[in-house]
Amino acid sequence: MSTTIGELVASHPFMAGLSADDLALVVGCARNTVFQPGDLLCVEGASADTFYLIRRGRVSIDVHAPGRGSIVIETVGPGDVVGWSWLVPPYRWTFDARARDPVGAIAIDGACLRNKAGADPALGFALLSRVSTELLARLQATRMRLLDLYGDHSER
Amino acid sequence: MTPVVHRVVGRIQETDDVTTLCLEPVTGARMDFRPGQFNMLSAFGVGEAAISLSSAPGDRGPLRHTVRDVGAVTRALCQRDVGDLIGVRGPFGSDWQVPQRTVGTAVKDVRDTVVIAGGIGLAPLRGAVHELVAASHGGGGRVFLLVGAREPSQLVFNDDMEAWARDGARVLVSVDRASPQWHGRVGLVTALLSDAGFDPANCRALLCGPEIMMRFTARALVDMGVAPEAILVSLERNMQCGLGWCGHCQLGPFLLCRDGPVVPYAGIVSQLLTERER
Repeated sequence: MSTTIGELVASHPFMAGLSADDLALVVGCARNTVFQPGDLLCVEGASADTFYLIRRGRVSIDVHAPGRGSIVIETVGPGDVVGWSWLVPPYRWTFDARARDPVGAIAIDGACLRNKAGADPALGFALLSRVSTELLARLQATRMRLLDLYGDHSER
Repeated sequence: MTPVVHRVVGRIQETDDVTTLCLEPVTGARMDFRPGQFNMLSAFGVGEAAISLSSAPGDRGPLRHTVRDVGAVTRALCQRDVGDLIGVRGPFGSDWQVPQRTVGTAVKDVRDTVVIAGGIGLAPLRGAVHELVAASHGGGGRVFLLVGAREPSQLVFNDDMEAWARDGARVLVSVDRASPQWHGRVGLVTALLSDAGFDPANCRALLCGPEIMMRFTARALVDMGVAPEAILVSLERNMQCGLGWCGHCQLGPFLLCRDGPVVPYAGIVSQLLTERER
């Protein structure tokens, strides 16, 4: 029995609690997709016209540094979201995102969703609430990592 | 208490600044202890430091203590070589309350156990994980080990983690900064929680690492539905006498050398973890 894109979207944690009407609007902008290890989901500097709800596999968020190659900043996995740059101008990716495993994801057309959210403030609020929650969690985790928790802070 | 003289019979260089010392008493039998307890180790002529036991009680062989070089005493301890002598007082303090192979009547606990360690915080948990993994084969609950470290080169007990995973534990590791050779996860240790697969409503959690990490991890566990009473944390202060006499290790109502290092997160400890030093 095949699973519909609507069921896939509805089962992703990012969409938990979204009304059936709002889900239907999101589904209209969504498609199922897969990536093989090493495939790029997005590339720094490119137009950010899509974001991804990860269903399975792990994705690394990378940045390329001259002489050092790709530096992995973070890895994300099932239940996570890849890509926020579709939401704010100039809609351009800031980092690379690369599949580390075979990745199953729901790709959502950012421009399509922006248009629908603009026309339907309730949907816009519901989406922005979810995005804010995710961004806050990432920001807090990033701040914690900046603390260098595991470093040696003793005075020798 | 007078230190019992032990001989270094082995040393393992875990990382650049972390060394495991394997000790045997010069005379007499090996001490009994429970996972989570600590000893006061003396580097003769330098001083004494509180160091957790990283052995498992059910393991034969020498006592293991894993030491990070962070000051004069710990540096002297890390520099001890095979054949050198070290003073040992202990064991002191509370433990992780895990079933032990050496205790035949141990009550079987079928709850999931999620063990969360940051950096060298895995050392005081190593013995507990050994016992839990062994117990899981005898009808005990599932074991989940979540480990965070600054970078891959700072990870300790890599062979043990592989062995525990082979023995059925779910082992997840994340580092803050990845090296090009690292193909594992990158991010805060709390990011591992949602992916681990333990049952929040029927589990206990053992936490050891930097206090900030334990504070945020404990909160995240409670947010997931883990009962605060089911969370144990390991706290350290300036342990000196080991007997609750000198007061150097006081934290609120606790003398951590006697009442800790392992204490329940519920109640006053959750408040003390946010207490500012005066």
